[in-house]
Formats: sequence, C-alpha cells, structure tokens
Amino acid sequence: MTVLGGLCLWLAFLVGVWGALAGFVGGWQGRRDLQQSARHAVFALCAALFVAVAALEWALFHHDFNVEYVAAYTSRNLPIFYTWSALYAGQKGSLLFWATVLSLFGSLAMLLTARRHHALLPYVAGVVCTVATFFISVMLFGQANPFHRLAYTPLDGNGLNPQLQNPGMVFHPPMLYLGYISITIPFAFAMAALLSKRLDADWLVAIRKWTLLSWLFLSIGICLGMWWAYVELGWGGYWAWDPVENASLLPWLTMTAFLHSVMIQEKRGMLKKWNLALIIGSWLLSIFGTFITRSGVISSVHSFTQSNVGYFFLFFLIAAATVSFAVYAKRLPLLEAEARLESMVSREASFLFNNLLFVGIAFSVLWGTLFPILSELVQGTKVTVGPPFFNQVNIPLGLALLGLTGIGPLIAWRRASISNLQRQFAVPVTVGVFTALVLLVGGMRDGYAVMAIALGGFVAATVVQEFARGARARHRQYGEGYAVALGRLLARNRRRYGGYIVHTGIVILFIAFAGMAFKTETEATLRPGESAVLKSPYGWSYTFTHLGVSQYDALNRQVTAATLEIARNGKRLGVLTTEKRQHVDGFGRPTFQPSTEVGIRSDVREDLYVVLAGLVNGTEQAVFRFTINPLVWWVWYGGMIVALGGLIVMWPGGGSPAVKRTQAGYAVRLVGEP
Amino acid sequence: MTDSRTVGQSDCSRRAFFGLVAGVLQSDSQTVRQSVDSLPGTGPSGKLWDPSRAGRPFDPVIAADNDAAIQAIEKQIHCTCGCNLDVYTCRTTDFTCGTSPAMHRRVVALAAQGRTAQQILDAFVQQHGVSILMAPPKRGFNLAGYFVPSLLIVAAGVVLTLVLRRWSRAAQPAAPGTNAADVPASPAELERLRRELDRLSG
Repeated sequence: MTVLGGLCLWLAFLVGVWGALAGFVGGWQGRRDLQQSARHAVFALCAALFVAVAALEWALFHHDFNVEYVAAYTSRNLPIFYTWSALYAGQKGSLLFWATVLSLFGSLAMLLTARRHHALLPYVAGVVCTVATFFISVMLFGQANPFHRLAYTPLDGNGLNPQLQNPGMVFHPPMLYLGYISITIPFAFAMAALLSKRLDADWLVAIRKWTLLSWLFLSIGICLGMWWAYVELGWGGYWAWDPVENASLLPWLTMTAFLHSVMIQEKRGMLKKWNLALIIGSWLLSIFGTFITRSGVISSVHSFTQSNVGYFFLFFLIAAATVSFAVYAKRLPLLEAEARLESMVSREASFLFNNLLFVGIAFSVLWGTLFPILSELVQGTKVTVGPPFFNQVNIPLGLALLGLTGIGPLIAWRRASISNLQRQFAVPVTVGVFTALVLLVGGMRDGYAVMAIALGGFVAATVVQEFARGARARHRQYGEGYAVALGRLLARNRRRYGGYIVHTGIVILFIAFAGMAFKTETEATLRPGESAVLKSPYGWSYTFTHLGVSQYDALNRQVTAATLEIARNGKRLGVLTTEKRQHVDGFGRPTFQPSTEVGIRSDVREDLYVVLAGLVNGTEQAVFRFTINPLVWWVWYGGMIVALGGLIVMWPGGGSPAVKRTQAGYAVRLVGEP
Repeated sequence: MTDSRTVGQSDCSRRAFFGLVAGVLQSDSQTVRQSVDSLPGTGPSGKLWDPSRAGRPFDPVIAADNDAAIQAIEKQIHCTCGCNLDVYTCRTTDFTCGTSPAMHRRVVALAAQGRTAQQILDAFVQQHGVSILMAPPKRGFNLAGYFVPSLLIVAAGVVLTLVLRRWSRAAQPAAPGTNAADVPASPAELERLRRELDRLSG
C-alpha cells in the first residue's frame, strides 16, 4: 500500500505539472481542449493525493514501523483517535495533507463555479496545480517523503508527543490548515482575473466567498489553537505571541481587512487595486507562515523539526511574490476606481481607516516576528522579541480597531450629515462613557482594561441599536412581532446582520482579553489535608485543599493524579484533579518526559487553573501552581459567536446588495452619482 | 503498559474506531472517578507507589518563589532552554526543564545580595547578551523595533487623511450643483432617499 502511495505522489507530481502548463497555456491561447484538460488534471491530482493519504493512514493504522514517518509519530498503544491525527502531526505528513486539501478545494472550485466563472477557471486550475505541485515537489525532492522506509523495522514506534494527544490537537491543525490552504483559491481567482484581464465584478464574487470560507476556517483554527494551548500547555494563558501563532494571525488580519474593503468595491467600484493587493498579500502571508513553521529560521515552541524544506519555501515565497506583483503591476491601469470618495465623514472613509489599522497591526506583528533576524543583520546581535514587545505595540492599535468596529457601521455611505451622526452616535457613546465611569467608580485602574470594556460597551450598543431599529422598522412596516421581525431581519440581510454578530463576538473577545489583566497566581507546597488560599479579583477567597495523590495505569500512560477540594468563601464547590502523565510505548517503556495535565474549573466569571508541578521526595507532598484567570470562558464564547456570525454571512442565498437591487427590478442612482 | 485493544491490531473498522474513541473518553472520565480516594486529613499519605512516574523530585516552595518582585524580574528574562518562554513562565509550566529553575535560583541569590531589579537584569545581560531579555532594550537600532510600526501607521494615516480630504473637496462642488435642478425633490426628500438606500443596501 505504501508503494502505491509513493507512486501516487509521483503521479500527482506529473499531473500537477501538466495541469499547470495546460491551464496557463489553454487560458492564454483560448484553447478549449487544454482548458478542459487542466480542469481534469485538478480532479486527477485530487484523486492521486487522496490515494496517497489513504496509503499513509493504512500504514499508520497497521503499525508499519518500517515506514520512517509511522515509527516517528505513532506507537502500538497510541489511541486510534490520535493515530488518525498523526497524519498531520509531523512535517512530511502535513505536507501531504496540505497538498491533498488544496487539490480538494481546487476540485470544488472547478465543480461549483464551472458555469459562472468558466473564463477564469483555466487560470485557477493552473495556479492550484502550480501550488500543489510545489508542495509535492518538496516531499519528493526535499527529503520529506512520508513513505520513506527505514533500513530496519523497529518493534514499536516513538509514539505521539503527549502534548499532541489532546482532542484540541485533533481538530485545531486541520482547521488552521483548511484556513491557510483555502486562501489559495481566492488568490487563484485573483491571478486568473489579472491574467485574463477580466477585471469586472465577476471575479470579486468568487474571491469574496472563498475568502470568507478561509477566514472562517482560520478563525476557528486560531480559537481552537488558543483553547489547546490553554488546556494542554499549562502556562495559564492562550496567546503568547509565538512566531507560529503570529504567522496564523497575519493572513487573518489581512483577510479581515479585505472583507471590509471589498464592500466599498461592491458598492462604489473603488479600491480595486487595494483589494487585489490584500488577497495576494494574504496568500503570501500564508506561505510565509508555512516557511516560518518549517524552516526553523525563527525559534518557536510550535516549529516542526528543522530541515532543508525551509529553503524550498523561501524560494517559492520569493518567486511567487515576484510573479504575483509583476502581473499585478502590469494590470494596474485596468484597475482604476469607478467613483471617488465624497466625504471624509462617510462609511467608505471609516472602512479605509479600519483597513489601515488591520494592515498596520499585521505589519507590526510581522515586524516584531522578523525583528530578531533584522537585528542580527544590522547590529550583529540577536534580540528576543516576546510578549512585552507585542503587547506594547499592539494593544493600543487593537483598541483603536475596536473603536472603529463601532464607528464604521454607524456612518452613512457616501456622506453623513450632522443630524445623522447625532442620531446614530448618541446612545452608543452614552453607553461607552457610562461603562467607563462605572468601572472607574468601581475601582478598576488598569487603563487598557477600562478602555477595552468601555469600547466594548460602545460597540455592543451600536449592534443592539442596529438590530432594534431594523426590527422596529419591520414591525411598523409589516406588522410582525418583534421576535419574528428580528429573525427575518437577520435571515434577509445575512451579510449585514451576520457581520454585526461577528462584531459582537469580537467585543466579547476583547472584554475577555481584558480580564487577563486581573490574573492572580501563587505556588504552594501542600501535604494531604493542607490548604492554600487564593483571593479572586472579584473579592472572594478560594481554598484549595490537597486530598491526596493516586497512581494508576491508563491507555498508553502511567498517571500520577493529585486531587484537591475547592471551596469559595468556605462553601464547598467540588473536587479538581491535576495529573502527571508518563507516556509509555507498547512494551511499557517511557517514551517522552512526563507531561502535565491541568485541572480546570470554569465558570462565566473566572477559571480556577491548577497545575501539579511535582512531588517532594517521592511523597504525597505536592507542589502546585494555582491561577485564577478571569473571563476565560468568554474567549471561547466569543470565538463561537465570531464563527456563527461568519457562517451566517456566508450562508448562501443572501446575495450581494447589488444583486438584490437588480433582482428587485429597479436601479436607482442618486443625484450627481456617475 | 500494553493495551490489548491496540496492540498489533488490524482492526480499523468503523465499529472498532468508535469503540476505541469511546474507550479514550471513558478512560478520561475514569481518571476523575478514581482519583477521589481520600479525604482531607484521613487519606493515605506518605511515599508514592512509584515516584519515577511523577517526573523529577521537587523542592518545597519557598517565599521567594511567590515574591512578586522576583516574578516581575523573571518575566523579563528569556529562558535559555529553547522554550521561547520567560523564566517565570517556563519554571511554572515546563516542569521537566532544569534550566529555568537554575536561572530562578540565580535571580533569588542576586536579590538576596541586595541587588536591584535593573542590576539583576544587567548581570544576566552581561553573561548572556541582550537576547536574554524578553524585549530588546529601548536604545539604538532597537528603537526602530518599537517605533517603526507606530510611525508608519501614523504616517499612513496622515497621508490617507490628506488624500481623502482632497478627494472629498473635489467631489463637493459637483454633488449639489449640477443636476439638482433637474430633480423635482427637496433636499430633505433626497436625504431621506439616500438613507433608505443606505438601509436597503446594508
């Protein structure tokens, strides 16, 4: 089966090369036969890569330890759940996974948009095949073939890193990969539009939908990654500004900027150049993220083992950026705006500033990530750029962005009048100011936290106001009950009101982030029966009583578990367990260093986060770290609401405003509108 | 430890898969049940059955471990074990790391000698170079690290504002004057129409 897998990789490589050539030449010369062949090549590529994935999974499930990848990432006693996820746990498998999912997305693009965007599809096929072929060539020529065999067959494999044996790690990487990989499709449509000179509104529809999909996957992937880091790594936080975390944030920021600025292009025919640059930039950033993760050029806790595949990615990144921006520059004359901005006080202007901040934050994150390399080049000294640097630079920018999240939707398109501004801003500004006053009077003195929560109040008020006005209008016009009116308002204006739901999720996330300013922690050594007390930022006290330590065997690990009883202000809440896990292979031999399982008790106000650091002299006397993390649940809720809002926005049937107007059978132009 | 369900298997049928998923989940829930085995003051205490399973032995926590000043210093020092974390986070997270506890002991020892926070940081910089700091010191080229993003954003904001002002000024004379007389509508009606269109188009 693995021989078949290896053959399929070579087949996919050859098909990919052919698909790329046929796509570009067919599109350029208008040859239908080549165009059709390129389309079929994408399907064939997908089929070959799926067989390769099936072959690798076969080897993983059958413990074929003669295959180097299987021996490196699995063991006989690895739970089957994680045996499956070993497919993307290592460098080689994840490259195969990447190429396969890309070919799947390419096939879906061919199938779903065959009629509507048929003129663009040859080029789309060409781009998809080129990128997929690159990934396959890294496997074949970069010593990253997942089917590579060892000269001997070990009795058992190394097993999977204990930190990857967590449900979060089963879902987080695929989601993140789906986000990264699917950016190639809007990029392919953008390049197709540029190459074919078909720069009308058609390409925009395709790009926007695919970008939304990528954005949604990436959002979910990032949130799942935060959750995994929080529950598994044991440091008590969910974001550490690690280079690999930053790499996932970069394309998310630029895609979010695009999803805002694309509205200006749809409505006014402006910002075409900017939007195309954002899409090309987002895709390049996704490749940059892959380069960072796999090259070892910047040290990161998440990096794959260092290997020479980094050079492949660097070369590809430079070549792709050069070609993309050369084509882009050549087509710039065809991307002139159809209208000009009419007023500084307009939604268009606020979206432009919103874009400035998104791209500015992306730049500052990229700058901070690369600054150690830059510093080494310029002053010969490598510096460390950690959370203090990123927080200092990005928190003010993030707060400004949060403010614009509320301001943008309140300002009218084209030009806002004074009366319009007064009417729109009165309630939200009052809510924001009132929130700030309440917090200050209540004794909150952390400036950033006060600003985040007050701005959150302001934005939340804008969302509530928009929903309330819309529902009231429907109630007046159609006599609908308020609940029905609210539902129909959402159903019939999915883009607008789904977007407001995303804004709500962002507000919740910011408030939750602010909660970490009040994190409290302490370390204590406890014998069974002894207690430690920790004061919550809410004012009450938690008592943690050490009940004892138990040791037992589980599936593929030897567990040492400490159990604590928790009481709040003397009232018992329950028990909590935190563990040390020594993973073993199929023969009972220790495989990795002992790992720590955090004990977490969550509620909407705060999380109790307890870590068993270790045991004193082999006794039940245990060293614990106790942390109180306020508002952490809201990070997960906020993430879910963002994802829900994204789903509503992209749910088919809503249609773009322009399409809806056309479907409604009328077209209106304002006085003076060209 | 071996598990009969997963050793040498070729059983990747759907039933086996879901059975084992359930097994994994069940084993986790058992973890919680099994561990409630004693009550405060009454349960077994003393030696562990197999101390080697619990990782390296630990020393009891001392007052300096929870000293906020010590922690604040350690949060500015980069652990050299390769974890990319600060000393405080590493020593309270990666309990297999031997580097961060040693660096912690050095911080505590320097503090005990009466050194200030800055002197302690300087001592680490002297030994390891500036890369030992979690954020580069604000001097020389490092200032570019701190201020280039903000300066660029401010500069871009100023340019954007100027461009938008120019565009909006250029657009202003044309808007009310040219065709307004052809439209039998009052300014208030036009404003209302504009609002309605805005509402329609979201």
